Amino acid sequence: MKEIKERLGDKLLKIYEHTPNRIYLDIKREDLKEVVEYFFLDRNLRFVTASGIDGRKEMEILYHFSEDSTGKIYSLRVKVPKDDLKIDSLTSLIKGAEFIEREIFEMLGIEFTGHPNLTRLLLAEDWPEGIYPLRRDEKGIRDLKERNWEKKNG
Amino acid sequence: MAKAVIPIGPYHPLQEEPEHFLLTVEGEKVVDVEVHIGYNHRGIEKLAEHKSWQQVTFLVARICGICSTSHPIAYCNAVENLCRVEIPERAKYIRTLVGELERIHSHLLWLGLAGHFLGYNTVWMWVWKWREPVLDIFEALTGNRNHYDMLLPGGVRRDLNEEYFPWVRKELGELKKNLEMLSKAILDDPVIISRLKGIGVLTPEDVKNYGAVGPTARASGVKIDVRKDDPYAAYDLIQWEVATCENGDLLDKVVVRILEIFESIKMVEECMDALEKVKGEVMATIKEVPPGEGIGRHEAPRGETFHYVRSDGGSSPIRHKVRAPTYVNLPTCKATLPGSQLADAIIILASIDPCYCCTERVAVVSDKKKEYLTQEDLIKLSWEKTEKLRRKYGK
Amino acid sequence: MGWREKILKRSLWVYHLATGPCNNCDIEILDLLTPRHDVERFGIKLVGSVRHADVLLVTGIVNRKCVPRVLRIYEQMPAPKLVIAVGACPMGGCVFKGSYNQAGPLDKIIPVDLYIPGCPPKPEAIIAGIAKLLEKLK
Repeated sequence: MKEIKERLGDKLLKIYEHTPNRIYLDIKREDLKEVVEYFFLDRNLRFVTASGIDGRKEMEILYHFSEDSTGKIYSLRVKVPKDDLKIDSLTSLIKGAEFIEREIFEMLGIEFTGHPNLTRLLLAEDWPEGIYPLRRDEKGIRDLKERNWEKKNG
Repeated sequence: MAKAVIPIGPYHPLQEEPEHFLLTVEGEKVVDVEVHIGYNHRGIEKLAEHKSWQQVTFLVARICGICSTSHPIAYCNAVENLCRVEIPERAKYIRTLVGELERIHSHLLWLGLAGHFLGYNTVWMWVWKWREPVLDIFEALTGNRNHYDMLLPGGVRRDLNEEYFPWVRKELGELKKNLEMLSKAILDDPVIISRLKGIGVLTPEDVKNYGAVGPTARASGVKIDVRKDDPYAAYDLIQWEVATCENGDLLDKVVVRILEIFESIKMVEECMDALEKVKGEVMATIKEVPPGEGIGRHEAPRGETFHYVRSDGGSSPIRHKVRAPTYVNLPTCKATLPGSQLADAIIILASIDPCYCCTERVAVVSDKKKEYLTQEDLIKLSWEKTEKLRRKYGK
Repeated sequence: MGWREKILKRSLWVYHLATGPCNNCDIEILDLLTPRHDVERFGIKLVGSVRHADVLLVTGIVNRKCVPRVLRIYEQMPAPKLVIAVGACPMGGCVFKGSYNQAGPLDKIIPVDLYIPGCPPKPEAIIAGIAKLLEKLK
């Protein structure tokens, strides 16, 4: 814990320990790559996944890293303002991040700069542009359903 | 040599789930692979936001029919982590018992299918015959063959009937005997060995890069297991070992899973011993879920299942993130497939035990001329290779 | 009864189509082929291509990405066509009802001849369902 604090210094905005094995670290969007490099390469942690969350004021992405020798999970919290939905892609560092970044892109509409193949992962090919199912204020889904019914019945 | 693209999928008559692979081949050799998923997307993460904390348990049970207790365990761990609740000891043993029985049935299921892909239908039929008693045990203990729905945040929904335990022990003993016979038969067969050894090797570096988990990682010598690393339920109360292998090829993936079945049988027996001694409540009360975040994990048959929940103090989660093990294991085929033969492709894709792949038809596109291979042709290709080897070894 | 139906009821060849299920119905369908239930003794067989099939066995909620594929597979199937919906999902969506990715119950997309409810239906229930369908054909 001390080591992390020393190494990251003022890049860490907040540390919150929910239970001894679940640690949440708040970092700035610009520092993401550097911090992930430290966790993934230097500390040799396993990348578990990333969760994209629509907080009310801004989007949040949590990058979960697992330290398998101790059973700790470090979650890096990055906040992305809603008027500028962009963040660095981690695919150059972690190959396994490709799928999850594509999923967050289609579910929340956050753009990952530097991703080699930022296309849809799960949704249908004819899914309309600009409807993001996991956004809190998404109104488009209801209309979409009705439109689809009519087409199938007619 | 001209390159050709072979789409596998999205539909396949034997696999459960539709997935779509595009293999680029040069002659017989696979040089690249592209994965398309999403034919099974049901929007569970969004649905969870409209259900109560209890209801979500039954929703996540229906993420996958094979791991229908893994997701609830991971979810309940997450909610209990969020509320900082400790569950009663008896409930811990029941969770462990159900979880390990599920591992036995899931690994047997995979073993049978792997046998089918190699052209050993006897293996398929035998193993699935032995799997039936495990489902009977489930039906007797939990009330259902599949979708046991035993869990709720705070404990388990119903207690087990201990009258069945002697019968369960007898059935598991028979299963053990049968499996010992089968594993000797498999590991003695030169044809199976040469079909599996040195094929589809996954290196420890790739395990780290793709974040692979479960038997896929353990076959490559990476000793990760959530049950040991971050114990929950009764995994720190009973004696057991993590099974690992070293080479990371298909043979090791089979061996790891067989070893895990034996280990799981042992754990189930231990849990039954403990349950006969430990009595008491099976539910801890959770009055309300406070605002905050919780993370829960469980080592499912295929690897680590990860659940993240966030609460605002209301009656349902405001965000529920699920990461199933296949999500990280599937991209590893990008590392294992290129360089292998087309006849090996199906067993390599199956080796990670994805909650599953494959085909309705396979189209070989070469030089603008379209030639269609059915999925059966692809399996036949695999079977022919086995036949050739059989002749070579004079069997 | 036409000659087609007469031949049909002797031995059904089944094509299995998963359209966003949870796997469980699919495993129980596979389970039917294995020694305990062994439906091959009735001449029922799973086939690899829908062009050989008499029966389309559908599981799952029919998600949006699958709809064009379901329609195409149904068109490719030779007549007479029988469609069986297995499990609660193709009927109404089971726990997934109301999902943004559900394109609707199966019978809104293609006509269905037999519903086998359950989550999942037991293998015995699936055999009983198919036996009832054969009765109906007589």
